[in-house]
Amino acid sequence: MAKPRDDRAWGLVLPVLLLVAFSALIPMMTVVNYSVQDSFGNNQFFWNGTGWFRELLDPSTDLGGRFFDALWRTLLFSGLCLLIEIPLGIAVSLTLPRRGWGVAASLVLLALPLLIPWNVVGTIWQVFARRDIGLLGAAVNGLGIEYNYAQDPLAAWITVVAMDVWHWTSLVVLLCYAGLRAIPDAYYQAAKVDGAGAWAVFRAIQLPKLQRVLTIAVLLRFMDSFMIYTEPFVVTGGGPGNATTFLSIDLVKLALGQFDLGKAAAMSIVYNLIILTVCWVFFATTTRGQSEAVQGAGQEAGR
Amino acid sequence: MSAVQPRVATAPAALPAAGIGAGAGLARALAPRLGLGLYLLFLLVPIYWLVNMSLKTNLEISSGMTLWPQNPTLENYRRIFTDSSWYSGYINSLKFVLLNMAISLAVALPAAYAFSRYRFLGDKHLFFWLLSNRMAPPAVFALPFFQLYSAVGLFDTPWAVALAHCVFNVPLAVWILEGFMSGVPREIDEMAAIDGWSFPAFFVRVFMPLVAGGIGVAAFFCFMFSWVELLLARTLTTVDAKPIVATMTRTVSAAGMDWGLLAAAGVLTIIPGAIVIWFVRNHIARGFALGRV
Repeated sequence: MAKPRDDRAWGLVLPVLLLVAFSALIPMMTVVNYSVQDSFGNNQFFWNGTGWFRELLDPSTDLGGRFFDALWRTLLFSGLCLLIEIPLGIAVSLTLPRRGWGVAASLVLLALPLLIPWNVVGTIWQVFARRDIGLLGAAVNGLGIEYNYAQDPLAAWITVVAMDVWHWTSLVVLLCYAGLRAIPDAYYQAAKVDGAGAWAVFRAIQLPKLQRVLTIAVLLRFMDSFMIYTEPFVVTGGGPGNATTFLSIDLVKLALGQFDLGKAAAMSIVYNLIILTVCWVFFATTTRGQSEAVQGAGQEAGR
Repeated sequence: MSAVQPRVATAPAALPAAGIGAGAGLARALAPRLGLGLYLLFLLVPIYWLVNMSLKTNLEISSGMTLWPQNPTLENYRRIFTDSSWYSGYINSLKFVLLNMAISLAVALPAAYAFSRYRFLGDKHLFFWLLSNRMAPPAVFALPFFQLYSAVGLFDTPWAVALAHCVFNVPLAVWILEGFMSGVPREIDEMAAIDGWSFPAFFVRVFMPLVAGGIGVAAFFCFMFSWVELLLARTLTTVDAKPIVATMTRTVSAAGMDWGLLAAAGVLTIIPGAIVIWFVRNHIARGFALGRV
């Protein structure tokens, strides 16, 4: 049934519009404003046109080099997180019990990391992975493997990625679990009659049915890992050197540390546009496939 | 008689086979449990380590590795509960989290209704624009927010943080509520109109109870994302409205490393989240799918 058209609905949307305009549009305009100006202190501003953007997007300059380094690091981080968290999340969701007291207990334990403030997540891992007072750090070093996230870039990366897996895989698990619960029992009974094994059931029934929730999961995990700031900042402070300086950390350094308004604003805009573009492309392609599938199913049902 | 005979004859042969099958089946049934157990262990060990440290004295922490506190002490917790610069942080955090939940839901409810029930000029663009704010990195907003809220005199109040968190919580709340509301048949709206309900009365007394689950889920997510956020909460407050997450970062850098105190403060920030999860435990799965399964 199609929704009726009624432009008076704007009245219902108006409060959201005003609030978000105040909280998002005004700051965004400030950022755009700064991005085309240069300041020499004393609140004196000069028109700089697209200068900052040209400098930012040219890897041979200081600003551009720094930006692209942080960008590749952030992309690598997001990629690693998605590669580990999505398969692991699906696997764990398949092991969850379907009934009994174990369901609520498992879900509560799984959801726990999601409700911990992000800097406390950082603190937990900072403490846990330290070689002198942390269980993990001491255990790994005790096995004879040199591990010190404060000095070794590789160890820092492993720590930060492990922390993100620890923190966010549960979100993928919970989404997939909800998706699995929505599959009617009749599908499984049909598979049993056909003598399908666990792998065949997964490929033919569970994975296709999870497509919708997996879309949400990938989208949320990409956005949030690409914007990550607090957790790595607490654990490594962006170091050793610049090894774990992701875009957000670099941006905050530039904006609130050095108060370099023009450069920071230009970086903000490019950063924001990257996220928007990736999400839009992903969203558009996956939802188009789905709406076609829905239409196809509708036609089938209509016949 | 002859029909029964073969069954009896095959029974002894079938028994050992069934035994082997049961053994393999048992292993197959236990493997997922074992995997799940290991994963939950992976989740809990770092948290256990924090709790463990919060119950130790700093002397014990720095003098060597102990798997559990040798001389358990509540001294770290006592310091937090008797020092107003610590416990007021918790109160400040709860203030802006609750404010944010109230504001977000109040504006998101009518908007979600509009998106789920009507087509109107620019609706799809508006929806994506709203969601795009959920995608904007908080780091981008830190500086302009600082200036904006200073300019309007809200700096260092719970209002500044609550309004700032609306940027990502309002779009999420609209998204969640729209999903739940679209699951309510539109005939109900029409019946209510025929029965003579005015729109506001219908919305509050008929419609909202129908989407109560969705409202709960949206409130849960607003709580979650406002409670865990640090960057904006720290940037927009200095003294009076300083949230606990920011208090923690300050204390880390000030008096050297007071690990025990830091761990105790961390443990205390986990508790509100754990309580909220306990209340919604039966709705977690559907809630995290945002009503879209």
